Amino acid sequence: MHNSGLSIWFFIGVLLTIYGAMILGYGLFELVTRQTTNVILANLHAPIWWGAMLALLGVFYLVKFRPGRAAK
Amino acid sequence: MFGLAPALHAGSVPSLLALGAPSLAHLSVLDLAVIAIYFVMVIWIGFYLKSQSNTSEEFFMAGRQMTAWIAGLSFVSANLGSLELMGWAGSAYQYGILAAHWYWVGAIPAMLFLGMVMMPFYYVCKTHSVPGYLKLRYGQGTSTVAAVSFAFMTVLMSGVNMFAMAEVMKIVLGWDLNFSIIVSSLAVAAYVALGGLRSAIFNEVLQFVLIWGGALLVPILGLVETGGWTGFKARLAHNIAIGATAPGDYTHMWRSMGHFADNPMGIHWTGIVFGLGFAISFGYWTTDFLVVQRVLAANSLRSARMAPVIGSFFKMAVPFIVILPGLLGLVVLQNSDGSLMHLVGENVVAANPGAGLHSFNEVLPLMMVRYLGPGLLGLGITALIAGFMSGMAGNVSAFTAIFTYDIYQPHIVKNARDEHYVLVGRIVTIVGVVISIIAAYAVKHAAGIMDYVQALFSFFISPLLGAVLMGMFWKRATKAGGFWGLLIGTLTSIGLWAWVKVDPSALRYVALSPDAKDMAENMYRALWSVSVCAIVVFVVSLFGKPRPIAELDGLVYGATKLPEEEPVPFYKNEYFWMILAVICFLALNIYFW
Repeated sequence: MHNSGLSIWFFIGVLLTIYGAMILGYGLFELVTRQTTNVILANLHAPIWWGAMLALLGVFYLVKFRPGRAAK
Repeated sequence: MFGLAPALHAGSVPSLLALGAPSLAHLSVLDLAVIAIYFVMVIWIGFYLKSQSNTSEEFFMAGRQMTAWIAGLSFVSANLGSLELMGWAGSAYQYGILAAHWYWVGAIPAMLFLGMVMMPFYYVCKTHSVPGYLKLRYGQGTSTVAAVSFAFMTVLMSGVNMFAMAEVMKIVLGWDLNFSIIVSSLAVAAYVALGGLRSAIFNEVLQFVLIWGGALLVPILGLVETGGWTGFKARLAHNIAIGATAPGDYTHMWRSMGHFADNPMGIHWTGIVFGLGFAISFGYWTTDFLVVQRVLAANSLRSARMAPVIGSFFKMAVPFIVILPGLLGLVVLQNSDGSLMHLVGENVVAANPGAGLHSFNEVLPLMMVRYLGPGLLGLGITALIAGFMSGMAGNVSAFTAIFTYDIYQPHIVKNARDEHYVLVGRIVTIVGVVISIIAAYAVKHAAGIMDYVQALFSFFISPLLGAVLMGMFWKRATKAGGFWGLLIGTLTSIGLWAWVKVDPSALRYVALSPDAKDMAENMYRALWSVSVCAIVVFVVSLFGKPRPIAELDGLVYGATKLPEEEPVPFYKNEYFWMILAVICFLALNIYFW
């Protein structure tokens, strides 16, 4: 978004990657230990697929807007 | 972020403050970690951007380097605060899909008009603010009236926002009110004072992503539970048939608009189209500096025109994460015994303490708690916190720019060096946050102030629209016409509001029907004030001497030669996307007719 320095999308990439990894990790923990949280539709394992989606999106932005690579 | 809610949804914010149930959610360590990481991120952004905010152009206008996407997301995000999310979700539960009018007819036409028609003038004249445009067009007097009123309102709004956040955090999470106010104000003061408008814009874009990441899962899971939109409608019809839900048309937007008494909002379609769709919506989206400032930071005229168009697509999508959860709450929320939960008004909650009742405005947190487990719930709560904080930051950054450019520079220190104004900007940011804190505690001790703050905001915006439109599209408009139009338009708005306060039966004249309700009154009052302002500008200008055409270059339609834009492929052309936005807008209204 500007000629030099980090793009906002890089910061978003960092945040989404961290959040995605945390939520995905918890979802996998639930799956492995079968300790599902008492929420509706827990059987859908939303933390796994939602966390994975956030992490993938975050990694995409991290790579695309990494430092040293001109933002397009 | 707070601009539309006051005028359109009187009652919503005070209602949020009156939530009376015990804390709704209990956060896990994972949730708290998600929230803590967000705070670390915003402070990091503030420190990182400090080195890029050394000149006044960088600090106040983000260096005018924002791409169309960043400016567009920031533009729409500045209005997508947590008060709106929670308040309108509650309205959807209460009134049905009628609430989506505030996202579609109440926003899209105005956003497209700003981008395609007005933005070239704002951008070409290189103004720093809307009062700055008024100064160029009408002179210092009109500009100062607008600047003082706007500065006053933004800083009050910031305080209201701060208090509302603290109150919601107390109700939803059981957090101490002082803790929320101190932490949020320190964070906002740090990142805006360090990075200026660029930092505020960065955080608004971050907030936008967080809101979608944190809230989108709720309607998705809600639709899975109800069997899709068709399944939802079937369950709702069944509940109405057996008397479990109050009768009404919750899923159509225009069918019940034929008469004030035919719909629960007490609004007629003329009020929606002309009051909301024109007077209020155009006033807010085209002249409220809080949102216009984001577009002025664009890196080119094409980006400045594209930004509101891009924003319009996201604005059209917002009901999916705001209105839909409110509607779904009608059929899925249950009490612990499995019976259908009935949310009620705040007065009922307050009258029955300990009864376990929840208010309409709690529908979104209740839906989050219903579907979101550890981590995801933290993300949803972080989205709400981010919304509140960027609302504060937006108001504070707008206040800083208006005070420095339109009050301090012309009236206090005229010809100082650039560094001086940047320093003043940083100091004013801190002062703005301190005033916000004072305002927050003032609201705490007298919640009734909320009503007046919201009404005050609505007093200034609509007449401002009249002055700006007349100045931008009528070469004959004079300095005196602009000044008196703005002043008398504002006094008209205040007078009509006071008239109805003193004599409620005056509603039949102000809102054209005794069946009209608060929202209808707001819409018609806005329509009256913009009309009076335009008429006064017209009449006074006829008796004055117009400015030479040469002086109006860059300011007025017909007197300005707009710069030629480079030809681009159709998919990068703003007219292509505008037409697509119009088609989507019409399709949504027809589908939910």
